[in-house]
Amino acid sequence: MQKLMSIFIVVMALFLSSSLANAVPDLEVNTPAISAIKNSMQARHNQLAPHYASGAIGLTKDGLIAVRDTTAVPLKDRQGINALVAAENTDRNALYKEIAAGNGHPEWRGDIQGTFAGRWIDKAQSGWYYQSDSGWVKK
Amino acid sequence: MKSNLTKSISLLAVIAGLSSCVTINIYFPAAAAEKAADKIIDDVWQLKDEAQTTTNKPVDAPAAK
Repeated sequence: MQKLMSIFIVVMALFLSSSLANAVPDLEVNTPAISAIKNSMQARHNQLAPHYASGAIGLTKDGLIAVRDTTAVPLKDRQGINALVAAENTDRNALYKEIAAGNGHPEWRGDIQGTFAGRWIDKAQSGWYYQSDSGWVKK
Repeated sequence: MKSNLTKSISLLAVIAGLSSCVTINIYFPAAAAEKAADKIIDDVWQLKDEAQTTTNKPVDAPAAK
């Protein structure tokens, strides 16, 4: 019986120390997969930036981007915009997935995407468009 | 017979303890996620780089004529 008690105490001690160690976790964002996606997005940003500024592309509320209004964009460039947006969204989806997977919690993907959605909009330059519950808003 | 029972009970205790460790780590660390998001967005949109290059420019300026 004493032996049983001591085993129980050891298990409880392990449980407590592990929960304390996990109290302030930091997310790992420097895996090779994440860095590769980040570099790809960084390289694409120079092409996207003028379209954010003109309002042709806006930030969606789910952490992606979307073509908003192409009337200001010359006809010949419109196809290019669609391809840019598609490529960026592929990278963003992969980024959220990799951060969740890189931290051992693939199920965090949705929460991470939601966190990013708010931070992209917060850090957007004034004049850029973002999606609110009631539609597009100019920041 | 008795030791067998003790063994199986302690095994159960260990399994219960380990599974509770897994459960405790399942909550989503919102603050850490925001920090990570900020870091990545700063890199992708080069928000921190811009500030760095502007502070570096005056240092380089005297070298140019």
